[in-house]
Amino acid sequence: MDLDINQYINIFVEESKEHLQSLNDVLLELEKNPSNLEYINEIFRVAHTLKGMSGTMGFTNMANLTHDMENVLQAIRNNEVEVSDEIIDLLFECFDALDTSVNHIIDHGSEGSTSNKDLIQKLNKLLSKEKNNKNNYSQRHTMELEHHLVEVLNKAAQEGLSAYKIDILLKETCMLKAARAFIVFNTLETFGEIVYSNPPVEDIEDEKFDLTFSIMLITSSIEAELLDSLNQISEIEKIEITLLDDSIDIIEINDVEPNTDKDFSEFHKEDTKNEKETHSNVGKIGKTVRVDIDRLDNLMNLVSELIIIKTRMDDLSGKATGENMTEAIEYLERITTSLHDAVMKVRMVPIERVFNRFPRLVRDLSKELGKEIDLQMSGEETEVDRTVIDEIGDPLIHLIRNSIDHGIELPKDRIKIGKPERGNLILKSYPDGNNVVIEVEDDGKGIDYKKIVRKALEKGLLTEKEAENLSIEESINLLFLPGFSTAEKVSDLSGRGVGLDVVKSKIESINGSVEVESVEDKGTKFIIRIPLTLAIIQALLIKLSDEIYAIPLSSVTEIVNISSSDIRDVQGQEIALYRGKTIPVLRLKALLEIPEDDVDEDLVVVVVNKGEKQAGLIVDSLIGQQEIVIKSLGKYLAGIKYISGATILGNGNISLILDVNSLI
Amino acid sequence: MSSAIDNKYVIFMLNKEYYGIPIDNVISIEKMLKATRIPNGPNYLKGVINLRGEVIPLIDLRQKLNMSIKEIDKNTRIIVVNNEDIVAGLIVDSSSEVIEIDEESIDEVPSSENINLSYINGIGKTKDRLIILLELSKVLEN
Repeated sequence: MDLDINQYINIFVEESKEHLQSLNDVLLELEKNPSNLEYINEIFRVAHTLKGMSGTMGFTNMANLTHDMENVLQAIRNNEVEVSDEIIDLLFECFDALDTSVNHIIDHGSEGSTSNKDLIQKLNKLLSKEKNNKNNYSQRHTMELEHHLVEVLNKAAQEGLSAYKIDILLKETCMLKAARAFIVFNTLETFGEIVYSNPPVEDIEDEKFDLTFSIMLITSSIEAELLDSLNQISEIEKIEITLLDDSIDIIEINDVEPNTDKDFSEFHKEDTKNEKETHSNVGKIGKTVRVDIDRLDNLMNLVSELIIIKTRMDDLSGKATGENMTEAIEYLERITTSLHDAVMKVRMVPIERVFNRFPRLVRDLSKELGKEIDLQMSGEETEVDRTVIDEIGDPLIHLIRNSIDHGIELPKDRIKIGKPERGNLILKSYPDGNNVVIEVEDDGKGIDYKKIVRKALEKGLLTEKEAENLSIEESINLLFLPGFSTAEKVSDLSGRGVGLDVVKSKIESINGSVEVESVEDKGTKFIIRIPLTLAIIQALLIKLSDEIYAIPLSSVTEIVNISSSDIRDVQGQEIALYRGKTIPVLRLKALLEIPEDDVDEDLVVVVVNKGEKQAGLIVDSLIGQQEIVIKSLGKYLAGIKYISGATILGNGNISLILDVNSLI
Repeated sequence: MSSAIDNKYVIFMLNKEYYGIPIDNVISIEKMLKATRIPNGPNYLKGVINLRGEVIPLIDLRQKLNMSIKEIDKNTRIIVVNNEDIVAGLIVDSSSEVIEIDEESIDEVPSSENINLSYINGIGKTKDRLIILLELSKVLEN
């Protein structure tokens, strides 16, 4: 059995994470709109599903907690308890506890020892408090039925038959729910006619139901007989049989969709929604990407085409006439390019995966700091390579914390300066060529650049003289210097010893860049630009003697011709004039230990940049721009100077990628 | 670990001596491949090779072990090894066989010699020859 459980643990983790994510979303919605029972239903549904899942997996703590959550939610549904801030906070706490359990399961395979006693007690307290005044408001004595069913019931009554509504609750451990339900159906059909079931029979067959289903049966038998036979079926938790007689008010509805069915159809909707959100799983248990099946099909088709064309080339190589060969090779090239695109797409995941934890973060932080903040997110569907996704989470959290902590003012301060009480935090993502841009914008107090310069001076990060010549922009950029933090008071949020320099270096480590725009009293905007993918970049191929090197195009500013005589030697550093600025000129051949033959008078210089800094690299000749696949040089060569990686050229040769950052 | 694999070694020649590497560490044996030079590397680093799409550093074992340089010929082989996640190709004079050496037939390296023996893990004895067993972690040290 243990082995079986382990098999399902991955699925369990993935699904739980998805459910928790939707729980989180709904909780946030509920907080905004506490009177909406739809949200309560939704939360109930998630809690119920989690209860079933964790019960099956033997994670009793989770199951117990969700069970008690269900009780409270049920009470809300029955109008026994009002949704209050207290309840919402409690539900958030439950969510955290569940999240912790799931994470524990990811790391250790077990849910940990915290039994959430506190939470369960709180939940129960809530219930007992509210329930005292209302007695067991047991079963609804009304039923809503579709028109044709009402007719059937009436007819049955005329014929002297009885109608029963039978509610079945299967055991949580029940593995083959559909099969169990089938047995129930069969058993009941021996007594009479099943006129109705919820969910519909087809769904039950497809196992599209939770643990409960209800059946309406017209029969001449009595309740006890039904109960007897049903009790013989195993794996049933509870059977509830209600005789539909005059004591029950039957409300006739003409709605196409009976109310009792509604919960279920929502469940469906949610399911498809979840499918869209499938990418929301990062787990230590194997890194997986769930992929849209269309994309994989496309990939597969391309691969088959590739195989066909390969066979064709094999045939041709024997009796090659030039033209056919070229044609075939061109075709092959086209296919491989598409194949490459398709494979890249498989690796792409929507940025939503990072964004979806932010609403909660913003809620908690603003509550903690007594600020009122609306988070607006857009472009969550923008896709980036999953390797990038893993890297940008922390920097973004940092920037958001920053905005909430330092940017957006307290409500009273905002009113004082005529701003709306509620602050705005805008998180935006959109593709831009081969990059993805993420903006974190707030309408807070902006960055006080004078204060930054002052701080930088205090910390000895620059000299008085340097400070005098700084532009506003340059001053603001001091924020990114290592060891800089403007927080006057060390708070829980920003007093973690990490500054914006960490954000910057993290983003730069994935070949991205960070910019900041800020207007005092209007707000601050951080603009992060990251490559769509880390594995493939545009590069400029250059030649040094007979060796070919690649320079990432993202760091190339321009290619210029400079005459040898224009290069000056200043204290051992060669410099040249470029667009009115002097920039250092580096002789790549010397740096890369390539013997220098005759130096031409006209030099080809590739101007590269690292942030604000620029330098000119002297090369022999240019080959051109090309998309290259970055290959790691591996552990052994990790320390090699000036080289950041390698790529394999079309002819199978290896070309090294220059590390512009270390050159400048 | 199964003892069958434990005791098997890939044998190669270097400067007329027999050397051995545990077969567990050997990924493949290749004929000489065209390498791309790595600038600013140590002298024994002969560049990187494209081994079925992977970029792998190439180490001239003779130079690494401070032996005289030998021209590449038709017997020259690259033994691609993997040790603690470091993958590298070792250039050797020739390589042809895999043999089994019992643990009892392996002598420890005689200590207090004046030459550098840290590359050597032990000396394996078979009927007709002595085999120097290399300590890969030392060979793959930069």
